[in-house]
Amino acid sequence: MKSYIPPQFTVERDDRRCNMCRICVEECSFGVHYYDEKRKTMRAREERCVGCHRCSTFCPTRALTIRTHPAEFRPNANWRPEFILDIKKQAETGGIVLTGMGCDKPYRIYWDHLVLNASQVTNPSIDPLREPMELRTYLGARPSRFELTEGNWPVGCGEMDGTHTLHGTDGVHRIGADDARETSGFDVSPDGASPAPPPVRVEVPILLAAMSFGAVSFQVHRALMQAAQEVGTLCNTGEGGWPAELRGFGRHVIVQCASGRFGVDADYLNEAAIVEIKIGQGAKPGIGGHLPGEKVTEAVAKTRMIPPGTDALSPAPQHDIYSIEDLATLIYALKEATNYEKPVAVKIAAVHNAAAIASGIVRAGADIVVLDGFRGGTGAAPKIIRDNVGIPIELALASADARLRAEGIRHKASIIASGGFRNSADVLKAIALGADAVYIGTASLIAMGCTLCQQCYTGKCAWGIAASDPKLAERLDPEVAARRVVNLINGWSLEMKEMLGGMGINAIESLRGNRLHLRGIGLEDWELEVLGVRGAGT
Amino acid sequence: MSLRTSWIDRTDRIDRTNSADRTDRTDRTDWTGRTGWTGRTDCSGRTAGAGDSHAEGGRQGGRGAERARRAFMNESGTLTVDAQGLSSRELNYLLRACALDRVCGEISVKNVAGQRYIGTNLRRSLNLEIYGTPGSDLGAFMDGPRITVFGNAQDCVGNTMTSGEIVVHGRAGDVVAMSMRGGAIFVRDDVGSRCAIHMKEYGDRKPLVVIGGTAHDFLGEYMAGGTVIMLGLGLAPGEGHRACFIGTGMHGGRIFVRGSIEAHQLGREVEVVDPDSRDQETIMCAVERFCTLFGTDFAEIANSRFLKLHPRSHRPYGRFYAARDSGG
Ligand code: SF4
Ligand code: SF4
Repeated sequence: MKSYIPPQFTVERDDRRCNMCRICVEECSFGVHYYDEKRKTMRAREERCVGCHRCSTFCPTRALTIRTHPAEFRPNANWRPEFILDIKKQAETGGIVLTGMGCDKPYRIYWDHLVLNASQVTNPSIDPLREPMELRTYLGARPSRFELTEGNWPVGCGEMDGTHTLHGTDGVHRIGADDARETSGFDVSPDGASPAPPPVRVEVPILLAAMSFGAVSFQVHRALMQAAQEVGTLCNTGEGGWPAELRGFGRHVIVQCASGRFGVDADYLNEAAIVEIKIGQGAKPGIGGHLPGEKVTEAVAKTRMIPPGTDALSPAPQHDIYSIEDLATLIYALKEATNYEKPVAVKIAAVHNAAAIASGIVRAGADIVVLDGFRGGTGAAPKIIRDNVGIPIELALASADARLRAEGIRHKASIIASGGFRNSADVLKAIALGADAVYIGTASLIAMGCTLCQQCYTGKCAWGIAASDPKLAERLDPEVAARRVVNLINGWSLEMKEMLGGMGINAIESLRGNRLHLRGIGLEDWELEVLGVRGAGT
Repeated sequence: MSLRTSWIDRTDRIDRTNSADRTDRTDRTDWTGRTGWTGRTDCSGRTAGAGDSHAEGGRQGGRGAERARRAFMNESGTLTVDAQGLSSRELNYLLRACALDRVCGEISVKNVAGQRYIGTNLRRSLNLEIYGTPGSDLGAFMDGPRITVFGNAQDCVGNTMTSGEIVVHGRAGDVVAMSMRGGAIFVRDDVGSRCAIHMKEYGDRKPLVVIGGTAHDFLGEYMAGGTVIMLGLGLAPGEGHRACFIGTGMHGGRIFVRGSIEAHQLGREVEVVDPDSRDQETIMCAVERFCTLFGTDFAEIANSRFLKLHPRSHRPYGRFYAARDSGG
């Protein structure tokens, strides 16, 4: 069948610059560039170009420019080119249109309508160059009450929040000195009766998001874990298991237990810092995952513990979870399996009822709630779902935080927000809206080279990131990639300290849930209300 | 001599000399509260675990006292634990403490009534005998122990189990062997729905489930590896299995069925073939073990015909997507 799908990009080659070195032929994994033997010239199959800019980046003479294809359909507000193309694609194949990365539709991005505060005259700003600024964050449940014992601190009891008095009943958590908090953290869970796992410390409230081995290459996994170790944060394995060679990064790893249970065994759970139950993902709420058999190479098979070449299906629901009670059962199964030593997180996609679900998750016993907004990335998702299901993380986060506070259970779990954080200001705004920390996935991949071409599902990523072919995966040097991610997080940390200092705050803890430091611009009343922020100028 | 050993010794002695009196033990057992394996000793042992009710029972003596009061070692080295009134977490804590002492190879648990996750946190080879009805997630994520249940089991037996063996002298509930990736489960009678869902194998980790009776719907759904054998022992002559949607979405592993099944009971992704000689070997080996465990007549089963259900494809949903050769 002849394809009616027109090229999306055009390849401009400056013949005066091109020296026919054919590096572009090598670099393009989609087979765009070729050398025409007859005409003795370089040519391009434009219809294959995905706009990933690998060739133009590596062309030694800068002869290449990739542009959006200038050909246009007759303008039509309803039948936009995207819909025409998808229809043609489906007419030619009869299947679900797949895509990669997060939702790219122009839904309102609330980060762009929120602004941060700064101190002027009163409550002077702090100079981060001169004074220590604290980004350190603890993830996990907090005790409802605690008690100070002899040590560096005076003996006595104190009030922790409005709802709990801290008088020393037996079995109540005791903080002796700073180092007690450093090493074992809190000893007693929020209900004051059973020991909660010690919270996990991260030096920056930026965690590396779940990306499974199989969706991304081994090299990417290694780079992310190494980066997490270097900056003192955590990296999530995703649901595809945890390669044996990377177990050494255990203290900086969150392992996922998803519906496919790939690679989940007793060692996997016990060697990590946190166990995360994945219920949903922002990019594809309500549906499962499916790693096609051709991507299940020997290494992926070994890590996922399935035979090579079979489809790796992650069913949409976890088959042992059909209610909050069932979720509680799995949470406690994992706690038992890890001897109550590790916080258990539950990750859901941000959907209409996210706040109520978050409340259920906390009541079910989770130590951390992860909310993944609909701009969160993915290695493969049906485009129709990615672009039409779920809600923005800003709204889900604000409403979940408010709900947990209203119910008096906010201290029982940390909140991690996820889904499309683009810069350090987005991170700070999320923390002011109530997040304890954020996950960054797409941003970390962009740091490694990703150009958001959205071809991750093809396995042909020219940047060697979402690559299953070992030849492509080798393009990414894990050392270099790790350095780039470390640099990114360090850069964001510096910026965050600057902004915090500007607000007159010297610890990120003081910003957490402090919505007075935010103002909305260009938002409707209902949006301000959901976000719990005032309009700018008020 | 370590504290742990001394605890067992002491318990042993207490058991023999004083077994009639279980009430007044708190005075002699405070040392056992400091075995130190969790690094925390001020735990009251209570939990808010998943809807458990908690029997308090005045355990001022802390964990050690509770252990001494609950666990008795007999002359042959079997430790007997009384689960009466304990929450899941208390019982599992106690079992773990006993197991970690590594003195005994066998623990017998009496009066089990709905406690969940038994065996989940015991990472060593160990024989565990359960009297009563264990709760859901028996042996979830389990790695190592061998559990024998003298009674029925509830849901999610062997959930995501890594290794070990679970033997149920009775029936088991829904979702038995979900995502199980190693070890074996033998159920003497029937199992509920969705048994062996998403069970998988890799290399020499090949999970095995043997069901003495029959199963409810969705047996082997999404199954990706491992072996299920269903013996149909409780069926009347001429009666077939009733389960429908068997092997829906199955893309790996094998299901052997003794007794009849109609085509409409199968999921679209499976087909029926005759077992080959290697399959026969697998079946016989498992059946032999089953018969030894439950005292069933081997000859009767061995001479019957088995059907083999196996997936039509390892890629059941390969043609689902509008994938193209090129990008775009
Ligand atoms: S990489 Fe650049 S210089 Fe080399 S053949 Fe391609 S366009 Fe020409
Ligand atoms: S990971 Fe690779 S394929 Fe995916 S968007 Fe980035 S560059 Fe494109």
